[in-house]
Amino acid sequence: MNSDFLVQWILLLPLAGAVLNGLGGLFLPALRERESLFGIVGTAVVAIPFVLTLILFLQYSGEAHVTTFYTWMAAGDLDVSFAYRIDELSLIMTLVVTGVGALIHLYSVGYMHGDPGYWRFFAYLNLFIFAMLNLVLGDNLPVLFLGWEGVGLCSYLLIGFWYTDLKNSAAANKAFIVNRIGDFAFLMAMFVLFKELGALDFGTILADPQALSQSNLNWVVLLLFIGATGKSAQIPLFIWLPDAMAGPTPVSALIHAATMVTSGLYLLARVSPLVLAAPQVMAVIAIIGALTAIMAATIAITQNDIKRVLAYSTVSQLGFMFMATGVGAFFVAIFHVFTHAFFKACLFLGSGSVIHGMHHVEHELHKKGHEGHIDPQDMRTMGNLRKYMPATSTTYLLSTLAIAGIPLFSGFFSKDEILFKAFEYGYSGNTYAWFVWIVGIITALLTAIYMVRSYVLTFRGKERWPMADEVQPHESPWTMTVPLWILSSLAVVGGFVGLPGVIAHGEWNWIHHWLGAPYGGPVAEPVLPAHGGGFLAIEWGLILLGSAIAIGGVWFGWRAYDRHGLDYDRKISEATGRLYGLWRGKYYWDEIYDRLVVQPLIRGSEKLLAPFDEYVVDGIVNGVGHVTRGAGQVLRYLQTGRVQNYALAIVFGVAVVLGIILFG
Amino acid sequence: MEQSYLTSWVIFLPIVGAVVAMFLRSVNAVRWTALITTLGTFVLSIGLYLGFDPAISTASAPQLAHVISDWFPESIDIKYMVGIDGLNLLLVMLTTLLGPVVVASSWLYIDKGHKAYYVLLLILQTGITGVFCSFDVILFYIFFELTLIPMYFIIGVWGGEDRIYAAVKFVLYTLVGSLLMLAAILYLGYHAGEAVNAGVFTTDWYKLVTFNTPLEMQTWLFFLFAFSFAIKVPLFPLHTWLPDAHVQAPTGGSVILAGVLLKMGTYGLVRFCLPFFPWASTEYAMFFAILAVVGIIYGALVARVQPDAKKLVAYSSVSHLGFVVLGIFAFTTEALQGAMIQMVNHGLSTGALFLLVGMLYERRHTRLMEDYGGIAKVVPVLSFFMVFSVLASAGLPGLNGFVGEFLILVGSFNSETVGHPLLIALATTGVILAAVYLLWMLYRTFFGPITVEENRTMKDVNLREFALMAPLIILMFVLGFAPNTFLAKSEPATSHLLEVIEAKRLATEAVAKEAEMLEREQVVPQPLLVKSNR
Repeated sequence: MNSDFLVQWILLLPLAGAVLNGLGGLFLPALRERESLFGIVGTAVVAIPFVLTLILFLQYSGEAHVTTFYTWMAAGDLDVSFAYRIDELSLIMTLVVTGVGALIHLYSVGYMHGDPGYWRFFAYLNLFIFAMLNLVLGDNLPVLFLGWEGVGLCSYLLIGFWYTDLKNSAAANKAFIVNRIGDFAFLMAMFVLFKELGALDFGTILADPQALSQSNLNWVVLLLFIGATGKSAQIPLFIWLPDAMAGPTPVSALIHAATMVTSGLYLLARVSPLVLAAPQVMAVIAIIGALTAIMAATIAITQNDIKRVLAYSTVSQLGFMFMATGVGAFFVAIFHVFTHAFFKACLFLGSGSVIHGMHHVEHELHKKGHEGHIDPQDMRTMGNLRKYMPATSTTYLLSTLAIAGIPLFSGFFSKDEILFKAFEYGYSGNTYAWFVWIVGIITALLTAIYMVRSYVLTFRGKERWPMADEVQPHESPWTMTVPLWILSSLAVVGGFVGLPGVIAHGEWNWIHHWLGAPYGGPVAEPVLPAHGGGFLAIEWGLILLGSAIAIGGVWFGWRAYDRHGLDYDRKISEATGRLYGLWRGKYYWDEIYDRLVVQPLIRGSEKLLAPFDEYVVDGIVNGVGHVTRGAGQVLRYLQTGRVQNYALAIVFGVAVVLGIILFG
Repeated sequence: MEQSYLTSWVIFLPIVGAVVAMFLRSVNAVRWTALITTLGTFVLSIGLYLGFDPAISTASAPQLAHVISDWFPESIDIKYMVGIDGLNLLLVMLTTLLGPVVVASSWLYIDKGHKAYYVLLLILQTGITGVFCSFDVILFYIFFELTLIPMYFIIGVWGGEDRIYAAVKFVLYTLVGSLLMLAAILYLGYHAGEAVNAGVFTTDWYKLVTFNTPLEMQTWLFFLFAFSFAIKVPLFPLHTWLPDAHVQAPTGGSVILAGVLLKMGTYGLVRFCLPFFPWASTEYAMFFAILAVVGIIYGALVARVQPDAKKLVAYSSVSHLGFVVLGIFAFTTEALQGAMIQMVNHGLSTGALFLLVGMLYERRHTRLMEDYGGIAKVVPVLSFFMVFSVLASAGLPGLNGFVGEFLILVGSFNSETVGHPLLIALATTGVILAAVYLLWMLYRTFFGPITVEENRTMKDVNLREFALMAPLIILMFVLGFAPNTFLAKSEPATSHLLEVIEAKRLATEAVAKEAEMLEREQVVPQPLLVKSNR
């Protein structure tokens, strides 16, 4: 089928869905009750584009194809079109976005059942898909930016979806504003690129990194990376993501785990030729990624809210991806984006299923007259859910093993490849990569532990909610479990698209061949010196090390938490002392920002600027007025305060001046 | 030359309506007359849009021109010359579009002196349209002043508690500026007449553009003009009349004020300051750019801490107009085009914000945000309009505000006059700050639990309110996704203007340099003489 035609409908269908669901629900309140209508339309406009993308994928010729619709804005030398690029990178991203997206839409049909904002939810979710597709398909930076800010908007709308609780709206505001800080940097990068190169389409800006001076290149890459730290939740802008869990759980899965938060990685992979030419900035990227990864992992160990554990886990995994980017392994970063989309979406949806069940418990407890309040997201009131929710439990376990990196599960291949690339980059003489590698090893161990902790506390042990023998949760409907099964299956086998070199002999690593520039793909790679014959042994050693860490971590976590349950947290706390307080307190980022940035700005504006405006700037004006009025006492007949008289005076004055000029 | 009366009709039809309205008794008849007149004017202005061809560049009169030159004796060249070119077309369209919107928004808001109000509104529209269409500086000036009087009464009679203070301040402030400008116009007309019009005093824009204002005159003439326009914009620190005027004015007055009246300032800068005084404009561009950027940040920060929603929107204007001024003084086609489209954008989105705040006020008679909270549940359609307008105003790509801001910033970064990276970076922080104060307003007003009982029974928008918001919302979307339709209308004019400016600037400098050389030639030989004498 014609590519232009396919691209057009891939983009238009989600947009149409957003408009139909949104306007229909807004202006026809009678329709709002008919949930299935919104659910079916909402899911179909994402599922069909997935099929269309599959067609594009299967008929892809290996040659990038650009579809241009019309000129968006043109002025002077600037000429920006709505142009979309089909190539290996955008195809893989589009498949993930529409595929995982469609599953999560289906899941939401069940999850959002009974919510008065059902129509609104699907409108926002469809709009999100549209924006995300602009982001991954756009052939120039402004169109990418349209998607970039668009997904930020949808994130805002969906985090604040239950807006009657101010906490949610506050989290939404925080997300939007912190993202805007990143967007500011993105804008500046575009300004520099346009000034230097006179265009913003990828064809021009990626053609030759040497067209930019080294300092401009460094600035551009650094600014784009700052933009990426906003969207992809890295230090120093990650603080919005944990709060973003205020949104409905399908949103956390789709936007805040599988797709939107990976757009920073996509951006850097897209401009990888520029990134490679700025090695100093690459070091910054890798180190920030490593620090973020280990920081978030240590926080995740201490959290009791099941979604917060997953949120910090996401931050940590994104850090892994930036580690890959920072050592020049862009395709590995995308590989991890790919596998992470499956297991993390599955984990979030699983947690949603759990929350769904615990809500039911909460509800039943109320009916039975139980006074206390239970938090349906708190793992401390869960336990033994595998008995009541077997499908959720199994899929959650499979995904946990995947993210922990148990051999042959998807996470094993992608994470191991990241660690290998870091090692190899260090081995080739880039010292910072050693640091990244070591941090990566430690974080991998922590990952296995905190994920197993969350599984065991939720699904094993004893029921910890009140009146457990009378009130029990039950498994979620098929619309929710089917996506869980599909995603967990992909989480198990998804890694085989990227078999490590030593096993595949460099031949069967599909994703590398698909994306990598040496094979004609769009993703650049550094040229490393050839390794000696002994390197093969090192590679095997690293694989064994990675396996040992994953298995060891899982074994340790399982033993500790299955035997001691919540008590083990206290043991860790005692063993780590003050450090544990720091982790529980999330390193106090929020408090520090509040004290250093937010409060000074607001208090300053309130106590200094606003009075300054009123008393100084305006005071001078009024002062001039008073002086004039004082002098005017003499001439008070001229100053009647009636504008008619002033008008008359103007006309008179003009006549006099003209008279002077004409006859003088 | 062939005369076209269409422009004159667009300018004066509202006054015709005003005259008709004066003879009507019933309130309804007056309102309907005003509505039909403004709608009719808008329809006529579509004729201007269709009749204007951006590809044609004219040297002595605008397109669709109507010229009457025999009102004054031949010894002075002041004439009635109105028409359309790429610089004013969109602003004229914006004015005629907002006309019926404002009438409809005043339908129930105005509860006394109906006849006078609508008559003044119609006169005001004539004044503003005239300002944008005039190609004679004196004619421009007359229209410029004509807008003051009806606006004074609209604020002073139908305004809030401190309406008299606000109205007088508004008039005096702008009058100070414009009287100084009048002096400058007369001076300029006289000298230009000497140089390019056979000694005949002239205020013909096309003739003044060909006049190379001598270097020694440029600076102070430029400042007299620029001062007047800077008050109107308003540029920091001349902005303090604006919050007062906005808060006190009735909704219709605020919409006109923010929507089009402020644009007379930025338009004046583009139309007169830049081409008349190119050397001074570029020489002092940085000065204005810094004030503009200060205004962007300052306006945003002060907006954030206002408890009054209307004041918040008023200060947001200070911030947004800063972008326009920055774009004007960047002297690149990208930035100037951005400034042109941003004038329209600001008219649409800030106009919409004022309309919506006005609707809230009509329902609850308070503008304080703390008196609301959680009303999104009660008034979903109004909330949708508000969120949409806020996003447009905050510069979300895909809506109108982004296009203007992006072009302005990208063009300014590239500019030789104002393109300091740090300055543009500071200006770009306005994008962050806009989100801060606008989302804060949504947070305080629309989200959270309902805290005030009266708010539970608030009514959502009615058909009239829906009808007046819909065109604005649609246009915000259209301008966001297909701005090029409109940009293309002004591009030839702006790039031509920039060429003229550059040529004139070089010519002025050359003349000045020659004069300096001559001076030096007279001075340099002297020491030689002295030496030889020794």
